[in-house]
Amino acid sequence: MGALVEEFPVILGAFWLTIRLTLASAAAALVLGTVLAAMRVSPFGVLRGVATVYVNTLRNTPLTLVIVFCGLGLGLVLDVSFSESLSTNYLWLSIIGLSAYTAAFVCEAIRSGINTVPVGQAEAARALGLTFTQNLRFIVLPQAFRAIIAPLGSLLIALTKNTTVAAAIGVAEASLTMKSLFERHQDSVVAIFFGFALAFLVLTLPTGLFFGWLSRRLKVVR
Amino acid sequence: MTEAVGSTSLVRLENVNKHFGTLHVLKDIDLDIARGEVVVAIGPSGAGKSTLCRVINRLETIDSGTITFDGKSLAVEGRALAQLRSEVGMVFQSFNLFAHKTILENVTLGPIRVRKIARDQAEKRGMELLERVGIASQAEKYPAQLSGGQQQRVAIARALAMDPKMILFDEPTSALDPEMVQEVLDVMISLARDGMTMLVVTHEMGFARRAANRVVFMADGAVVEQNTPDEFFTNPGTDRARDFLSKILTH
Repeated sequence: MGALVEEFPVILGAFWLTIRLTLASAAAALVLGTVLAAMRVSPFGVLRGVATVYVNTLRNTPLTLVIVFCGLGLGLVLDVSFSESLSTNYLWLSIIGLSAYTAAFVCEAIRSGINTVPVGQAEAARALGLTFTQNLRFIVLPQAFRAIIAPLGSLLIALTKNTTVAAAIGVAEASLTMKSLFERHQDSVVAIFFGFALAFLVLTLPTGLFFGWLSRRLKVVR
Repeated sequence: MTEAVGSTSLVRLENVNKHFGTLHVLKDIDLDIARGEVVVAIGPSGAGKSTLCRVINRLETIDSGTITFDGKSLAVEGRALAQLRSEVGMVFQSFNLFAHKTILENVTLGPIRVRKIARDQAEKRGMELLERVGIASQAEKYPAQLSGGQQQRVAIARALAMDPKMILFDEPTSALDPEMVQEVLDVMISLARDGMTMLVVTHEMGFARRAANRVVFMADGAVVEQNTPDEFFTNPGTDRARDFLSKILTH
């Protein structure tokens, strides 16, 4: 316990990074996932094809591979740079990897949400003269999102835990910090582990409860 | 109700054919609907009446033939098609009100998003239309909170909000409980009286008699005969129509 109290500011800082990594990746994945879902239901074969290949590739690649590619492939070899500071640069690269990966799952969740919207809804919108994009934006997607709030919550929980993979390219989020604390306090590794596990629980449990509540509240009554 | 019908045609179908797989659902359909005319399509189920309704605003595509609306050939896709659809109202059997929008939002969505009318103006007009169909007091509710008859009247108001040149009714009372049919038919009859051009697919023979200028009888994808309601119901010209009428009018 002593180690946890002593290192509390360090742990807090690490989890603050985990939270920022999660929120930034979640926002980017939601936007990219929505665009991909729109492409997958669009009337244009090329767009559907591109989105399908993207989703199948990213969904079936281990996240560690994606993150390592972003860090070493994009960062070191291709020299993609967002910042002078090396640690900020790797933070951005890991956000790219996490959101590119999560977007594939978001896309599939949205697509299953679109399938819950009765076809008559889109037909009525077309009959009013709404264009394909307006139809998605005002009629289909709002109803699709309300149907998949709970699954999106599960994706957010998975993403929160997946941010630990960013440790592979040296981002000092929770798991990498835990590793360095293990080295410094070898007599209390069990306490440190349970401390970190508990902190993740504090992040993810309320997320699940909140999304469950939101999903019931926003449910579309038919 | 045969008087006061304009002579210029608003919709013209020429030689229209449509298949669903191997099923030939529309066979060489030729049909003219004049401005202000109320045409009722009747016939046994599977005759192609609903498909006829749906090809006019291209919710179904056709395989061959031409459809002209207001002098212009029907656009195939894109903005021109959306433009056409905004001029043709449609009322569905299952109402299809937007489930996540209030009654008023259902009626104002088209005017605001398609016609680009200012929200307050669209809401003022929306309330007038809801008043007209007798639902104004429910404006803030959601579709699922209304009865079927009320929902269908909202759907009619939603179509009217676009100031359409014509309204298509695809079996508007078939999904309703019997006691709610009349309230919807009353709204439709008042529209017909006001000179709205209408194509109505229905099994309500009373409506056909009271409001239609013309009855089109369809069977097996073809128009078998068409006539004024009086003439059609009292003196059908084909065996197919006689047979159909004897089955529905005996009880």
